[in-house]
Amino acid sequence: MELELFSPAEFAKDKILAIQDYAMLAGRAMGNLFQRPLYLGDMMQQADLIGFGSLPIVVLTGFFTGAVLAVNSAATLGRFGSLSLIGQLVSISMVRELGPVLTGLMVTGRNASGMASELGSMVVTEQIDAMRALGTDPIKKLVTPRLFATVIMLFFLTIISDLMGLIGGNFVSTLMLGLNSREYWTSAWQTLVFSDVFTGLIKPVIFGFIIASVGCYYGISAKGGTQGVGRATTQAVVAASVLILVVDFFVTRLLYVLLGFH
Amino acid sequence: MSAPTPPIPSADSAKAESRGDAIVFEDVAIAFDENRVLDGISFRLARGECKALFGVAGSGKSTILKLALGLMKPDQGRISVLGQDITDMTEAQLFEVRRHVGMVFQESALFDSLNVKENVAFRLMEEHDVAQEEIDGRVKEALQFVELEHTLNMFPSELSGGMRRRVAIARGMITQPDVLLYDSPTGGLDPVTSTRIIELIIKQRDEYKTSSLMVTHRLQDAFIMATHHFDKQTNQMQSLPRGQQGEVPMSFLLLHDGKVLFDGDAVELKKSQDPYIREYIS
Repeated sequence: MELELFSPAEFAKDKILAIQDYAMLAGRAMGNLFQRPLYLGDMMQQADLIGFGSLPIVVLTGFFTGAVLAVNSAATLGRFGSLSLIGQLVSISMVRELGPVLTGLMVTGRNASGMASELGSMVVTEQIDAMRALGTDPIKKLVTPRLFATVIMLFFLTIISDLMGLIGGNFVSTLMLGLNSREYWTSAWQTLVFSDVFTGLIKPVIFGFIIASVGCYYGISAKGGTQGVGRATTQAVVAASVLILVVDFFVTRLLYVLLGFH
Repeated sequence: MSAPTPPIPSADSAKAESRGDAIVFEDVAIAFDENRVLDGISFRLARGECKALFGVAGSGKSTILKLALGLMKPDQGRISVLGQDITDMTEAQLFEVRRHVGMVFQESALFDSLNVKENVAFRLMEEHDVAQEEIDGRVKEALQFVELEHTLNMFPSELSGGMRRRVAIARGMITQPDVLLYDSPTGGLDPVTSTRIIELIIKQRDEYKTSSLMVTHRLQDAFIMATHHFDKQTNQMQSLPRGQQGEVPMSFLLLHDGKVLFDGDAVELKKSQDPYIREYIS
């Protein structure tokens, strides 16, 4: 087997080209939202697949994340006699951070992989070329509906996840720690301010965009038969997950700096 | 069938009409990484002509079809389709040209999430201004042409390889395009099914007189096309009398080492003394 020499210049060139292709794909997909035809039927179908289809995992993830938060924080808070603050802790953690991030990661695992494998299979079986040959823009027909549906549905899925996290926290607080349910909900509700809710709801919009655009990008650029589709699927999940965590940090920091949210 | 689609309105159309060219390649070259697949290819496909494209695997036959459809851009040279220079066209401009060109892909490339009816009707549905009754009628007509009208609600995964090719032919011809491109329509099929597909291509050629460019690795397919015509009365292809040519002119183009080695009719091909051609057709 021949050993290929690693060229840093070629590597950098490839990466820059990939970023350029990704930016062009994302830009065209967004631009298509303002051009006819809109493919509303495809958007609804994708919204059903992404939104309703992801509901079970989002409900379970949200519930048990809230529950485990309550379990873990109970020991520390109990030491200071502040067990009643569990509602606040679960509420702030879920709404600001864990709800959006964990929902984003779960939807990435389920949908970014689905998009990459579906579009990748269409590329290697020439269905994308056939679509272009038949006069249809695959970005408009396939990418834009997925992008729009993911952004919208992730927003609502995150709200559901937040609520399920609070219910999970309430479950542990009342049944395992013996706290008053009314007290839990009051403290959870009263601690939330506009900045918490705004931060928690702007993130799923950005994460939804990342999930769909990265999933579709890796799918559309798949090469090399079924092996290439598998590789594209893995890369899509890894890239979207890492991007969500990195972007989460910068968005949080940016909101702190620009809007003074604390 | 309804009336053929109108020609592309452009300043060059009249000029192209007078030249009678459906597709023109002028000194076209393309390379993938370091591999120069096409190296200065030039040829013309006249309107109403049928040209068979040969070459060994990897000689760039399918690439020529993709270039003609604007799915790929050449590194060098000019390509004209129906009188329009498509070389530097944007994707949006190409969609207008592609409305007049049909393509049958190598592995059919049917949309596996759509049934046969939706696959065949895809182009009409995407035009968004065609009435449902008209779509239904034209789908039925196209499927009748390939004798698959009973498969309307079946999915591609439920069809045999030969049936998928026939559906792909129906999809390619539903708008009665001015040019049809076939990418190895008989590739991977058994001899009986291959002959059935070739018969359909001959039927399409003789009934609609559509200009067509057909990539094939089976020389006998092209010779059958050159020596047969479709008889409407018997609904079968029949041999032409020896020495007689069909209504639609048939020519052969052979690629070798990224260049055109031969471009002519069946008689010239058989007479050729080029050692590579002799070996290829023997």
